[in-house]
Amino acid sequence: MEPILTLKNIGHSYGNQRALKGVDLNLMDGEILGILGPNGSGKSTLLKVLDGLLTPTEGEIRLRGRLFRDLNRSELARDVAMVAQENYFRFSFTALEVVLMGRYPHLKRLQFEGRRDMDVAYNALKATHALDLADRPIHELSGGERQRVLIARALAQEPKVILLDEPTSFLDLKFKREIFRLISALSRDQGLSVVLVSHDIDLVAMYCSRLVMLKKGEVYTTGEPEAVVTAENVGAVYECPVLVDKNPQTGRPRVSVV
Amino acid sequence: MSSQYPHTITTPGKVVFLSLVMCIILVCAMAIALVVGTVDVSFGHIMGIISGTLPTDDPVRLIIFKIRLPRIILAGLVGFSLSLGGIVFQAILRNPLADPFILGVSSGSACGAVLGIIFGFGFSVGIPVLSFVGALLTIYLVMSLGARRMGMESSTILLTGVIINAFFTAVIMFFISISADERLHTMLFWLYGDLSQGQYGQLAFIAPIVLVVFIWLYSLSKELNIITTGDEIALQLGVNVAATKKTALVLVSLLMGLVVAFSGLIGFVGLIVPHLARMVFRTDHRLLIPIGSLGGAIFLIAADTLARTLVSPSELPVGVVTAFMGAPFFILLLRKKGSQWSRS
Repeated sequence: MEPILTLKNIGHSYGNQRALKGVDLNLMDGEILGILGPNGSGKSTLLKVLDGLLTPTEGEIRLRGRLFRDLNRSELARDVAMVAQENYFRFSFTALEVVLMGRYPHLKRLQFEGRRDMDVAYNALKATHALDLADRPIHELSGGERQRVLIARALAQEPKVILLDEPTSFLDLKFKREIFRLISALSRDQGLSVVLVSHDIDLVAMYCSRLVMLKKGEVYTTGEPEAVVTAENVGAVYECPVLVDKNPQTGRPRVSVV
Repeated sequence: MSSQYPHTITTPGKVVFLSLVMCIILVCAMAIALVVGTVDVSFGHIMGIISGTLPTDDPVRLIIFKIRLPRIILAGLVGFSLSLGGIVFQAILRNPLADPFILGVSSGSACGAVLGIIFGFGFSVGIPVLSFVGALLTIYLVMSLGARRMGMESSTILLTGVIINAFFTAVIMFFISISADERLHTMLFWLYGDLSQGQYGQLAFIAPIVLVVFIWLYSLSKELNIITTGDEIALQLGVNVAATKKTALVLVSLLMGLVVAFSGLIGFVGLIVPHLARMVFRTDHRLLIPIGSLGGAIFLIAADTLARTLVSPSELPVGVVTAFMGAPFFILLLRKKGSQWSRS
């Protein structure tokens, strides 16, 4: 089957600073791809490239065979959604209003949301178990609640691919688990492809079907979690000695710093 | 639509309905402002004007139509513009305290207008154009000094604005001190804010521009909504962030330049009214822009009526009245939400 996103020999430099080099990557339908790597390894740059927010200086990226540069921003936003790390809620939008913003690429200038847009927004809120938050002001929600609403906004774009930038970085354990379970359920039930960047190796290894490990802007290794998360790989990429064993319940790799 | 769904959202019907309600309140405010003042207008006068039996040279009729009505319409247009400018500024800077007056845009604009007077320009083109240039330059200064490096949510931008405001006020004072002629009085008027010079000729110049700017800014309301939640996500959703911001800021400069040229420095309208409107109607700019702007018109008509009547038969500059109300309001907001609006 044809991959939904195809990256061929992607490289990017900020001035003299090389951020990505020779990245080849395919994203298949319904898979959850985790991107791992230490700070400065190019994770965020890669995510921006996947979202079309950054045009890489080398290589080409395609959505279902169409080059990104031939797509306009709205077309791209209808297929690829992003849950960004930086969000500002200084003003009192309700959760539902925030989710409806996800309909923007589907609407014309000044066109108000119609019945179908409302249905899509409600379904997105249902899928993220956030329907009871619909009328709540977004700035009053807890971190976990807010993240569910933001994922619902991404779903309201009706994308094929969702990109998540550190989706659980400010959350405590309970909400981390909840968000990861939610992501894998969405991928399973709606056939969504997911790309997520995270520092949480254990959780990524548990919920992702495939991992990419970046080191200094290059793909160090890629494959199934068991093959990628080994003591040698993690030790070499993160420059930190670790012990990797198996989570006794899930059988997935588990990392401990030694 | 709203009946089928349990939650409230903005619909075109809601926007039109609430705008009409605001328009009715506006007309009532104008009517009250017309009959209140140093010269009493009796019920008989009103009936006489409506039925057309009052002679055209009757002094009351002249006061109403030649003095009060143009002044009230000017107050409405100025209040409308100040509030609209505040709403748009606050959205783009993601800061509910970012009012063009507080950020020094109004005084930058007044500086341009004062220069216009010194050069001997007229009110028809020269002064408003310089006033607009002053506003535009100040916005550029505030954005490049305060916003870019420090992040737009930070209180740095407010501090930058305060400094710029102090600087331009000093420049205006300087020009007033060195010019020793009758133009002095015309310049002093910019420092207080004054609506008593309203004339129909000016109104015909201002009103169409305000209308066009309003429609243009309204067409950006969905983009403004999304921009308040973050530039990156706005880009992601297909909003042309840079173009939207640039367009909006130039339009607001135009509005501020126009308003300052004809009314001087009237502060805090763009802070108080949008804030109250957001408390009642939340932040969706498709609703907030018309409601808040009309609210600004009502507010300034009321404030100017107070300015005319509080110390009657003398009168206060309207800027004094709005500052009396606005400064405590600003401090209250800063105290209550100060930490939330500093960088988080």
